[in-house]
Amino acid sequence: MKKMKLYIDNNEVEVMEGTTILEAAQGLNITIPTLCHHEDLCIAGNCRVCVVEVEGSEMLSAACATPVSTGMRIKTNSLKVRDSRRTIIDMLLSEHAGECVTCQRSGNCELQTLAVLYGSPDNHLMDISIKTEPDRSSSSIIKDDSKCIKCQRCVRTCQEIQKIGALTMSGKGEHAKVSTFFELPLNTVVCTNCGQCVIRCPTGALVERTYIDEVWDVIGNSDVHTVVQTAPAVRVGLGEALGHDAGGRFTGQMVSALRKLGFDAVFDTNFTADLTIIEEGSELLNRLTNVIKGSGEALLPMFTSCSPGWIKFIEHQFPHLLGHLSTCKSPQQMFGALAKTRWSEKAQIEPEKISSISIMPCTAKKFEAARPEMNDSGYRDVDYVLTTRELAKMIKQAGIDFDKLDESECDSLLGKHSGAAVIFGATGGVMEAAIRTVYELVTGRPVPFENLNITAVRGMEGIREATLRIEGTVEKYNFLEGVELKVAVAHGLKNANAIMELVSQGSAPWHFVEVMACPGGCLSGGGQPIPTSPEIREARARAIYEEDESLPIRKSHENPEITRIYEEFLTDGPCGHKSHHLLHTHYTPRR
Amino acid sequence: MTRERISKMQEKVNLIFSECDSMELLEQALKVEPQQILKMLLTSSLRGRGGAGFLTSLKWKFASEADGNRKFVVANADEGEPGTFKDREILDKVPCKVLAGMAICAHTIGAREGYIYLRGEYNYMKKSLQQKLDEFNDKIKNMLDFTISIKSGSGAYVCGEETALIESMEGKRGEPRNKPPYPVTEGYLGFPTVVNNVETLVYVAMIMKHGAAHFASLGTEKSKGAKVFSVSGDTPIPGIYELEMGMNLAEFVELFGDGDTKAVQVGGASGFCVPRRKFAETIIGFEGIPTGGSMMLFNSSRSMYNVLHNYLEFFCEESCGQCTPCRVGCQQLRNGIEAVKQRKLPPSHLDVLSKMTRTMKIASKCGLGQSVPNSFNSIVTSFKEEIIY
Ligand SMILES: Cc1cc2nc3c(=O)[nH]c(=O)nc-3n(C[C@H](O)[C@H](O)[C@H](O)COP(=O)(O)O)c2cc1C
Ligand code: SF4
Ligand code: SF4
Ligand code: SF4
Ligand code: SF4
Repeated sequence: MKKMKLYIDNNEVEVMEGTTILEAAQGLNITIPTLCHHEDLCIAGNCRVCVVEVEGSEMLSAACATPVSTGMRIKTNSLKVRDSRRTIIDMLLSEHAGECVTCQRSGNCELQTLAVLYGSPDNHLMDISIKTEPDRSSSSIIKDDSKCIKCQRCVRTCQEIQKIGALTMSGKGEHAKVSTFFELPLNTVVCTNCGQCVIRCPTGALVERTYIDEVWDVIGNSDVHTVVQTAPAVRVGLGEALGHDAGGRFTGQMVSALRKLGFDAVFDTNFTADLTIIEEGSELLNRLTNVIKGSGEALLPMFTSCSPGWIKFIEHQFPHLLGHLSTCKSPQQMFGALAKTRWSEKAQIEPEKISSISIMPCTAKKFEAARPEMNDSGYRDVDYVLTTRELAKMIKQAGIDFDKLDESECDSLLGKHSGAAVIFGATGGVMEAAIRTVYELVTGRPVPFENLNITAVRGMEGIREATLRIEGTVEKYNFLEGVELKVAVAHGLKNANAIMELVSQGSAPWHFVEVMACPGGCLSGGGQPIPTSPEIREARARAIYEEDESLPIRKSHENPEITRIYEEFLTDGPCGHKSHHLLHTHYTPRR
Repeated sequence: MTRERISKMQEKVNLIFSECDSMELLEQALKVEPQQILKMLLTSSLRGRGGAGFLTSLKWKFASEADGNRKFVVANADEGEPGTFKDREILDKVPCKVLAGMAICAHTIGAREGYIYLRGEYNYMKKSLQQKLDEFNDKIKNMLDFTISIKSGSGAYVCGEETALIESMEGKRGEPRNKPPYPVTEGYLGFPTVVNNVETLVYVAMIMKHGAAHFASLGTEKSKGAKVFSVSGDTPIPGIYELEMGMNLAEFVELFGDGDTKAVQVGGASGFCVPRRKFAETIIGFEGIPTGGSMMLFNSSRSMYNVLHNYLEFFCEESCGQCTPCRVGCQQLRNGIEAVKQRKLPPSHLDVLSKMTRTMKIASKCGLGQSVPNSFNSIVTSFKEEIIY
């Protein structure tokens, strides 16, 4: 690779061959506006907002898509550039049926930002926008074509990151639009509800389906007892939606804010994350027993089942492999079932008077909560799912000065948790948490890693593998002596797909595989603050692992409330009858 | 009288449709070293006949120098520009010369695979063309490691643009790519690819047959050689004519007009409209207005509003719709002239639109959006009254 010297706005800069003008300009801290560009996606070069002048050419060049060449002289702020930039933004606005005052993305909309900064004070172009009815069929996502600027970020996300292809461009010219298969409603196509398209959409054309008003209603209803749970990734994302940099941890303030909002009981999904580890770990050991002792049928590898986008993916794409999925419900749904049983009993409130609300980094969880089978408590286990973004909005609506809040702790019974539960929020976290517990169950000793940190399964590599040799087993697990436990971790459905192809061919070497639908895991779920980028995901991951290390208890099986629930409530033990009824589920082949 | 004159002019050139043994021609051509072929093309000054007018010698040189385990030659027979139908005629009458041109290109750049990208509407000729292809592939087996196949287009105008064409060949949506990289370095399946218009390829064959000097002796200094024109509109003699480059429009109208020609659209919907008062000063060629071959004549009975509206309607439909200046710009232009016509907006709105076309021209992603302003501005400038009233 050659180095190349060029000039941007008369500043000399030297970059590697293959660098784009945009990247070279960023190196000089020169801002070039963009819309269709996204760090996570391939280059499109279609919005043309980033055009710049290259000396010697009459045509402008798209900075995001044009590689530099030696001696190039670039102007990013010439008359010609400013004129075209403004015209292009005016053009986008002329076909945009925008209603900023009611739009969910107002205040965090890339189009709006550019319009304010660069648009004409009086746009003379005709209004050619067409207002269409949004597709509200999905319980997770609303698609409003009239706000779409055809940047194709969503299409690229769904194709490149998720390899689903639920969204494609259809029509050409004035009829070009983002479409589902045959324009079918979003809830009937292969969409997994992961929301990765939502967090990469620059406008309000793709947003989560919001339930803020419904939640305010139950909070305001004195006959209803509201129980709230928050997922691990929410606490490391919430700050961003309230004006902080990525990477801050706000667990204590978040709990205080939830109380201030008026929730009657404030719990933690982390509690059921710990419970998941016990249940899923036991299930894994059962499967291993069956396979290794040959005492019964069991499918390996076993897949984790906490990511509802992943569940819907496998139901659609690999229905014949559903038997590999752990039957454990996701922590959200385990929690929901317990809220209306265990908590109901303890607090002596009839379950029909309880409204169970969850705050999730995820849009797919909205769909999951609405699945018909998720009512093992006799009621809908989780009534409303809000995203991290929606929680931030409620905090703002309530006028809470978040930064001034004191830290507080969750209520007990379903609130205590270990560090192992916290790391559920990052890719590899469920695997690490499971290994911490399973290894100790099998050998009677903690995992042989410094500070319990199993770094082999951490990181942002799309698929990661690790092997753990089991030695010095306790009597019950002697049959595992010397076994090399092989595990894999995948995040992003494209990587999940690669894993599944191997499993499908029968050439997957692993015993246990963790899959998260979203790149980075829940910390960059479809319900997290917008934007996302590799740096933001790294920062949130760092925060998650810091939180783990800061906690006194780091292993799920050492959580005293977990011990207690098996003593008092799930008395026939992990994977026992009662837990099977409440905490496990089944899956539906689709299509 | 004029017919005779036209015949004479055609006879002087007579390259494209002339009888010739393509196999013999090819046999001779393949004996020539690639470097020598590039030199001949350079001397001939042959420029692409697909519209953009890129020097063929240069395009082939780039492709021959590019690294690639595979290389491709593609004959662009998408012919979607309104008013052109010459490639169809060429493929119909002298398919073997096109194939010979492709083989010469393959020999020059080191390609082993070739494709004819055939416009969807021309599928009716696919069978006979395939037959010719099979024979050809068979015959050249011992001369050159090169096979040609046909790919059918999807009927979209934009798929004539070479990178959209390549996307379409790859089974994707026909959307133009970012350039660079150009197809000569990263084309079909990421390999170096030469895309040439059908007519260009025949001229290459003819240059190999008659020599570069002969070709260069035709035409003018800046526009050497000849060109196949598709003449349509208000003319008593519509059709396909191969003529020397570089005549002016007054001469052209004298030959082809109906005596009442008020304007000629040179280069189809993406070209320029020239009003009568500019006929004498307008040369058809690279020093004046270059054309992919479409020449549409309009007499005084035509409403230039309708002509322009038609073009804009066409572009609103046929833009791929991916980039903002083109997708939105085309609609603004069409809706804008409608609104002015219907007095919903004042005539000054035409100036707003004209200003907007500056951006379409320099900021659109491909040649389609970049050239929509040509017809808009040339028609609005010369026929403002017709547009407004
Ligand atoms: C919108 C658009 C449509 C085009 N359609 C055609 C076409 O139908 N046939 C063609 O040969 N070139 C067409 N071109 C030009 C091609 O992109 C390319 O320049 C040409 O095929 C190169 O061949 P040449 O060098 O032999 O002219 C089109 C370009 C644009 C921008
Ligand atoms: S998408 Fe952006 S510009 Fe459009 S209405 Fe919403 S906030 Fe406003
Ligand atoms: S939610 Fe996920 S699967 Fe559905 S369209 Fe968006 S990216 Fe694709
Ligand atoms: S829905 Fe959003 S991401 Fe998708 S093309 Fe439209 S504006 Fe872009
Ligand atoms: S200029 Fe038009 S045809 Fe070309 S890429 Fe842009 S939208 Fe597509």
